[in-house]
Amino acid sequence: MSNILPAGTPAPDFTLHATPHQTLTLKGLRGRPVILAFYPADWSPVCGDQMALYNEVLPEFQRFTAVLLGISVDGVWCHAAFSRDRKLHFPLLADFEPKGGVAKLYGVFRDGEGIAERALFVIDKNGTIRWSYCSPIAVNPGADGILEALENLPK
Amino acid sequence: MAKLKVPVGPDDHVQGPAAAPITLVEYGDYECPHCGHAYPIIKALQKRFGKQLRFAFQNFPLREIHPYAEAAAETAEFAATHGKFWEMHDLIFENQNSLSEQMFGELAQSLTLDRQALTEALRSGAFAERVRIDFSGGVRSGVNGTPTFFINGQRHDGDFELEMLGQAINKAAGK
Repeated sequence: MSNILPAGTPAPDFTLHATPHQTLTLKGLRGRPVILAFYPADWSPVCGDQMALYNEVLPEFQRFTAVLLGISVDGVWCHAAFSRDRKLHFPLLADFEPKGGVAKLYGVFRDGEGIAERALFVIDKNGTIRWSYCSPIAVNPGADGILEALENLPK
Repeated sequence: MAKLKVPVGPDDHVQGPAAAPITLVEYGDYECPHCGHAYPIIKALQKRFGKQLRFAFQNFPLREIHPYAEAAAETAEFAATHGKFWEMHDLIFENQNSLSEQMFGELAQSLTLDRQALTEALRSGAFAERVRIDFSGGVRSGVNGTPTFFINGQRHDGDFELEMLGQAINKAAGK
């Protein structure tokens, strides 16, 4: 198992591509809670995979003004196709070059396989990790833990 | 392990005796092929466990990937207000490959429900809130896709083939 960054740690900053032509910097989101959802790969072959589930739960996240970011080692064009196919309404970040660099910063990279864990982080509006969770790779962690963490954020 | 946060209540759609030692809850989506696959498996479990098993179905439509999931859920809720939830639930799953607004109207008619009233209810979203409450409760309970099953309040994380679910139910029953 990985050494996932625990609650209380400042969230390491990063800049990654959110679309083929746009980048997103974590620090630029200060002032709002951020949900970072690392996952192994686009195109998992089930209905209601993790990203499809979060897509449906977005209105609940938005009640906390939280920003949801999906992140995997897939490239920008892969993300673009996946996002279009699943009609996702939140950004997927490409942790592609150097591969898994951000996953490594957060302690959730699986070395042998070269993919990210299924790991969740809730970062408060000041940039501190308030909750983190690493799910067994085959188990979709759902959204209940994220919602609970958002509820527990200091106002 | 995820636990059911919202227990089965009086407004829920339930088959089987309230005193049954096993309660199986499914969070499902009428357009999800995996839920369609589970549909006859549930029937077989109900046959196998008889009065030992209470089954509840909760709505968890994945609207973005399944364009008819929400309307299907609302159609079943419409039927429920006329005492025909399970008839409609079954009909929708049995016709899962040809869902459409037209089909929902035909199913309503076949159950001698007012087709026009259904069209109106779907248009006005009369049952949308009911479906949303199910969905929201499911998210809180750790529903992570469809179908998600809970056996006596514990999320079932294994596959949902007959053998596996049967074993999990036996285990919950202490057998």
